[in-house]
Amino acid sequence: MSATLLSIQDLRVAFRMGKVNGVAQRAEAVGRGAAGISFDIPENCSTALVGESGSGKSVTAMSIVNLLPDNAERAGRILYRGDDLLRVDAAQMRALRGREIACVFQDPMSSLNPVLPVGRQLCEPLHTHLKMKPRHALERAEALLVEVGMPEPKRRLDAYPHELSGGQQQRVMIAMALACEPRLLIADEPTTALDVTIQRQILELLATLKARHRMSLLFINHDLGVVGEIADQVVVMRHGLVREQGPVAQIFSAPRDAYTRALLACRPALSGPPPARLRVIDEPVAAPGTPAAAARPVKDADAPVILEVRSLAKSFWLRQGLFGKREFKAVQGVNFQLRRGHTLGVVGESGSGKTTMGLTLLRLHEPTRGEVLLDGRNLGNLDASERQAMRRRIQIVFQNPYASLNPRFTIGQTLVEPMAIHGIGASLTEREQRARALLHKVGLDPGVFARYPHEFSGGQRQRVAIARCLTLQPEVLVLDEAVSALDVSVQAQVLNLLRDLQDELGVAYVFISHDLGVVRFISDEVLVMKDGEVVEQASAEAILAAPSQDYTRRLLAAVPRGWRAPVRP
Amino acid sequence: MSAVLAEATASAPASEGVWRAAWRRLCNDRVGMFCLAVVAAFAAMIVLSALGLLAGHWQREVGVPNAPPSFVGPRAAEATGTVDAPKGPNVDLSDVDPLAPRYKEWDARATQFRSVEIQKLQTLPMGADRMGRDVLAKAIKGTEISVFVGVMAALVATLIGTVLGALAGFFGGRAGDLLEWLYNVFTSIPGILLIFAFAAVFGRGIGTVVLILGLTGWTGIYRLVRAEFMKHAVRDYVRAAQAIGASAASRMFRHILPNVSHVILVQLSILTVGFIKAEVILSYLGLGVPVDQVSWGTMLAEAQSELLLGHWWQLAAATLFMASFVTAFSLLTDALRDALDPKLRGLE
Repeated sequence: MSATLLSIQDLRVAFRMGKVNGVAQRAEAVGRGAAGISFDIPENCSTALVGESGSGKSVTAMSIVNLLPDNAERAGRILYRGDDLLRVDAAQMRALRGREIACVFQDPMSSLNPVLPVGRQLCEPLHTHLKMKPRHALERAEALLVEVGMPEPKRRLDAYPHELSGGQQQRVMIAMALACEPRLLIADEPTTALDVTIQRQILELLATLKARHRMSLLFINHDLGVVGEIADQVVVMRHGLVREQGPVAQIFSAPRDAYTRALLACRPALSGPPPARLRVIDEPVAAPGTPAAAARPVKDADAPVILEVRSLAKSFWLRQGLFGKREFKAVQGVNFQLRRGHTLGVVGESGSGKTTMGLTLLRLHEPTRGEVLLDGRNLGNLDASERQAMRRRIQIVFQNPYASLNPRFTIGQTLVEPMAIHGIGASLTEREQRARALLHKVGLDPGVFARYPHEFSGGQRQRVAIARCLTLQPEVLVLDEAVSALDVSVQAQVLNLLRDLQDELGVAYVFISHDLGVVRFISDEVLVMKDGEVVEQASAEAILAAPSQDYTRRLLAAVPRGWRAPVRP
Repeated sequence: MSAVLAEATASAPASEGVWRAAWRRLCNDRVGMFCLAVVAAFAAMIVLSALGLLAGHWQREVGVPNAPPSFVGPRAAEATGTVDAPKGPNVDLSDVDPLAPRYKEWDARATQFRSVEIQKLQTLPMGADRMGRDVLAKAIKGTEISVFVGVMAALVATLIGTVLGALAGFFGGRAGDLLEWLYNVFTSIPGILLIFAFAAVFGRGIGTVVLILGLTGWTGIYRLVRAEFMKHAVRDYVRAAQAIGASAASRMFRHILPNVSHVILVQLSILTVGFIKAEVILSYLGLGVPVDQVSWGTMLAEAQSELLLGHWWQLAAATLFMASFVTAFSLLTDALRDALDPKLRGLE
């Protein structure tokens, strides 16, 4: 093994949280009590830090370069080539940042300054750290853009961040990080905000650059699938402690820790027989590779059609010039039939019109053309009272559980309101009883009735959002990226819940997602959308086994599949 | 199962609502709590004064004109410039005085009336004005009027601004354009001129001052509320409310309003401070409260001429009351904003 570049020894990070009744409050982000975390990053090696939200992985990485908020307290040692980074002064740290250790962050749009052209931003580190002359710096900046695979690099130097796509912005961020040829590149969830196809490109780029510049990479991610593709070494964190660390092959083929095993198992796979239920983290996981316990119940292929969509289209009008208008076709010509108790998966990259389609189904957007038939009734020509009644039958769960619940309503108020609007339940007591029963059904303690959303985790909030929809006993539920914002383990729980509810209540789902593994797990039929149009439509198994369209094949190829054992001859 | 659930319900700690959490944060803010105490003391004083228990007789001329404050001490008797009485007996003028025969008669009539010499105080706690009225009582009564005007005008302005802002932000489109036009008209006229124009039309009186300030001061809060409503109207929780069939009014005022209330509350207090100062200016210019009433503004207007004679106490009293109230109120507003929006300070 090569020499150690960075060594983290017994690191603990806590945040001061102000005083409550005169007692200083601290929140431990990394380490618990006296136990800290330790791991080494060897030279010329990719080390991945994996964990769910709140596991302390980002805090660990940011404490290396001291980019933590002011209220953070660090203890332990971070040795970088013999220097303890916790004890260097601000000037030394500034000299290290960018020059020796560079960072790439999750959201490229907010990491780039929107009012400066990309070239100027690229020249800045060259200027400050390498004292380059403006002309040389500009030449170097162009060379960097060529290196990160930016098309038309010379023209892009004068482009502003908003003129670039998300993937191109992230390439610029990587170019900036590479500007001074750092020895260590910290990439904090660099691909999480990007589409799978772009994610694949960025991962490949990082791998090539790492090899070419002989630098070390600290790669932070929540997704073991992504990590398996890029890392040489993996550190698994949970609740601020390291659960397991080792070479990638060992972590994937023979994980020792129960948590790692569960993480590997709870993600819906793209291959193998589809399981009836996904594994959940806190369930005891016996051994890797045990076959799924029960097969999925067979669905009635001749169930009545509950939702039918005929050549649905939605356009937005963009202003152009002083009086001109331009039509932007967000969705065009979508046709499908959804049977009672079935699930239609809708996949596509961001901007493909999936979400607009979902909102149009509920008439949260008015469709421009086409018809939506719910149980044979055209939703386009309903009067006000019929429309209100229709609202009851088709409901939506949004992507972000932190935004979709009113923060000033208690869980009880949130659940009782729809029933009060639609006159379900005779009295408030009866409605409250129903609400408590529903909370129980979605796996929450009915005692949470008087709590506010901010007291709950993402998964719990998504359960509340699902319960809110169920209060109206809908026949169709549109799930707009409903599990995308959740950690994999929580995602598995919510997916299992959705499946149970479907089996029990016979609700039909329109499941919108960018994650093909999840769509495969839950869907019977899949629509693939691109630029507002349906490019492919077939059963879930058929589409994954034999995609007929190029676009679908590209989507499938881009899905990270984790570490694969090298093929033996 | 039910036993387990009941136990869980019972043992669940009382949930902390958004307002209660804000109150807890405010309690931890020492400056905020001190200011809250000052404002509360003022509020108590205003209530007592409104009930007539305090400073009810502010119009009584209890002291000598321009009596100095007690801590300064009574004014030294001024040299009257009288000539010393001449020595020797008075010259008898009875022969030439045409009124002489009637002196006796007048003396007799004078004994039939009783005159009482009112003992005017030489000093008062905060001095007296030129008519001998107690400046302290005036300042207390002035506080009542000024704060009443400030708070009421702020409420009127907030109501107008919030309703119009909510409509413009939530619906947008034509209604939004119309309201934007109205907003632009109001903001394009210099504020003080607009106030004069309204004052000239409505005449003098407390109600008028409240109305004037309310009608001219809603624009800032309108803009903020409109922006907040635009932001929230497309949030998922409002979409979700629409999906369950909540009406537009319910979405606006039941769902969004509580979520932007911190903005409105803080604006309300900022406006209060601003309107108290505006009332002072209006009264100073003679467009404010009527002459038979007193406010900080009328006190300052009177103080101008007194100051030339060196009678500084009316100015000092009005300034002291106004400065302490306005400062405490502003700092309380800051503390309130921090408590309601902890993300601003990056504490949580």
